[in-house]
Amino acid sequence: MNRLPLLVKVLRAPLEAASLSLPEWELLLRQAANADLTATLRNSLDEAGLLGAVPSAPREVLEWAQVVAVRHRRAARFEVDCIGRALDTIHVPLILLKGAAYAMAGLPPAAGRMFSDVDILVPKERIGEVEAALMLHGWAGTHQDAYDQRYYREWMHELPPMEHIRRGNAVDVHHAILPETAAMRPDPVLLRAAARPIPGNDRLWTLAPHDMVLHSAVHLFSEGELHHGLRDLFDLHRLLLHFDAMPDFWAGLPARAVQLQLARPLFYTLRYCARLLGTPVPPEVMALAAAAGRPPAPLLVLMDHLFLRALLPPHPSCADRFTPAALGALYLRSNWLRMPPLMLARHLFHKAFLSPRVKDEPAQAL
Amino acid sequence: MLTLAALTRDELQRRFAGPGLVLRTGPFRSRIRTDIPHLIDAIALLYADYPVEDDGFADFHLTLRSARGLRRWLRPQVRFNQDGAEPFKPLPLDQAHPMFEWVMNWCVTNKAHSYLIVHAAVLERGGCAVIMPAPPGSGKSTLCAALASRGWRLLSDELALVRPHDLALVPLPRPVSLKNASIDIIRAYAPQAVFGPPVLGTVKGTIAHMRASGASVAAAGQLVQATHIVFPRYEAGAPARLEPVPKARLFMRVADNAFNYPVLGSAGFDTLGRLVERCAGFEFSYGALDDAMAVFDALPGAAP
Repeated sequence: MNRLPLLVKVLRAPLEAASLSLPEWELLLRQAANADLTATLRNSLDEAGLLGAVPSAPREVLEWAQVVAVRHRRAARFEVDCIGRALDTIHVPLILLKGAAYAMAGLPPAAGRMFSDVDILVPKERIGEVEAALMLHGWAGTHQDAYDQRYYREWMHELPPMEHIRRGNAVDVHHAILPETAAMRPDPVLLRAAARPIPGNDRLWTLAPHDMVLHSAVHLFSEGELHHGLRDLFDLHRLLLHFDAMPDFWAGLPARAVQLQLARPLFYTLRYCARLLGTPVPPEVMALAAAAGRPPAPLLVLMDHLFLRALLPPHPSCADRFTPAALGALYLRSNWLRMPPLMLARHLFHKAFLSPRVKDEPAQAL
Repeated sequence: MLTLAALTRDELQRRFAGPGLVLRTGPFRSRIRTDIPHLIDAIALLYADYPVEDDGFADFHLTLRSARGLRRWLRPQVRFNQDGAEPFKPLPLDQAHPMFEWVMNWCVTNKAHSYLIVHAAVLERGGCAVIMPAPPGSGKSTLCAALASRGWRLLSDELALVRPHDLALVPLPRPVSLKNASIDIIRAYAPQAVFGPPVLGTVKGTIAHMRASGASVAAAGQLVQATHIVFPRYEAGAPARLEPVPKARLFMRVADNAFNYPVLGSAGFDTLGRLVERCAGFEFSYGALDDAMAVFDALPGAAP
């Protein structure tokens, strides 16, 4: 695996950083900056006891990112607290997903990780109450266009993103982890039933370990915008390493994936985590995941070509001439997975020709 | 130490076109790539005394290129690219140099969080170090250019870098950006000053950059402790007047001008608190540069 980008090599084996020249440090930090992984890289080096050996110039850049990460963590806690207070009024348990869950539960992917919005999971039948409670506490819906409203409310698995009117931070209210219109339909009742409270906190919940991995997997492998592909794969890598210590974690993972109709994304997760990051997946688990979720051979060849490009750092030094095509193909695939073909055609037609043109505002980071 | 002036035009061009020229400004190294001849001219003129580094590590990466295709002939533009990302919209090609200066500031304010970064000019004379925070239009750069041309050392025209652990001011001397009427005022006031070509029609009107003195650039490694915080305000015909600002208000006003105050959190609060504690704070209104010079030269320790 000598052709792996420098950042990937160092993430899988931080000791690689011990012998880098200054030009290599520059390249490493440039790849990390584009992948939004600078603070994560710093924490990996710190955990490996290598931070002190980093030459002063690159170490300074790592510390800059750490300042932002610390501030981000503080802001995230504050934001989650505000959401919790809003939902307390209607007695809905606050189940956190992804970045916010890692941060509040203190899980390994949280170290240095940035996220731009807080994702929460609530029962579908109470989504109206949740929306009202959040609005009373200062969050307002975005995407007010009638078509977008219908798109989210009828077909998607979430409300249109809500933004706080003063702080600008976003909360995504989900009632499921995949769109209503997708072929895969993990039952949100199963997810909620298995959710567990964060130790030492009486208000916040996360998904169960298996479900946390599977949600992160389905998000990464059905999402078309892979700008954070490597970061999300590294999240999965660190979750798997962390849960590795739990007695029945590996044994139960493929079965839970089948139960939630997520065997395919689990297969991709284990395959690409192992290939790119060297995650030690037990062979029997890999075999079970492959039996349940491996795509037909020609499709797998294609997917390897697409994902082994799209999951690299989004930096010119990691791209080849097929990278733009791979990203484009995965974008189309993600839409394909969201909706049946006719519906997708209608949706894309509407977006292309009928939706009012609005300038995309960059998402406000926490 | 290799300075930019020591490179031949061919060598400059080769670096700008190829691996990038690594320019050191204050504590930062920027790797710059460009294919725009008039930008190369401006950098060669205004940064002649700055060190060029060869050790292969840069903190910031800036590529400014002229847009390709029809754009090249119809409405030529300059694009800023940072490792494949283009965070800003292109500008008309003749604004390449203002864009370069602006992007250099943007890199520092967005990334260099080991400092508390205040939008302010910083000047020093005889150990008297003055931070001049001020919103655009207050005449800060005009006053800064005037002081820098009369024996004060320029630490920065735009960015005060305060090191949290010891409150040292870290110099970042770069060209002083002058706008509109200020350009001719300073040309007349400091005939020896070197200016880059004026650029017309930017969002701020006409802009020209005054080169930092060789002495200020050579002293970029000499840190100082801030002694004064002065908020300048130009008022036509007004006498020069210093009025003390109470500490609490001083704190709030500097915080308003600190780019990364919210990012630093409690460290920012603490740093700013100690900085304000040790500095004398003043509002300063003036109507004539000569009067202003006299007031500054009369600050404790600053006597020429």
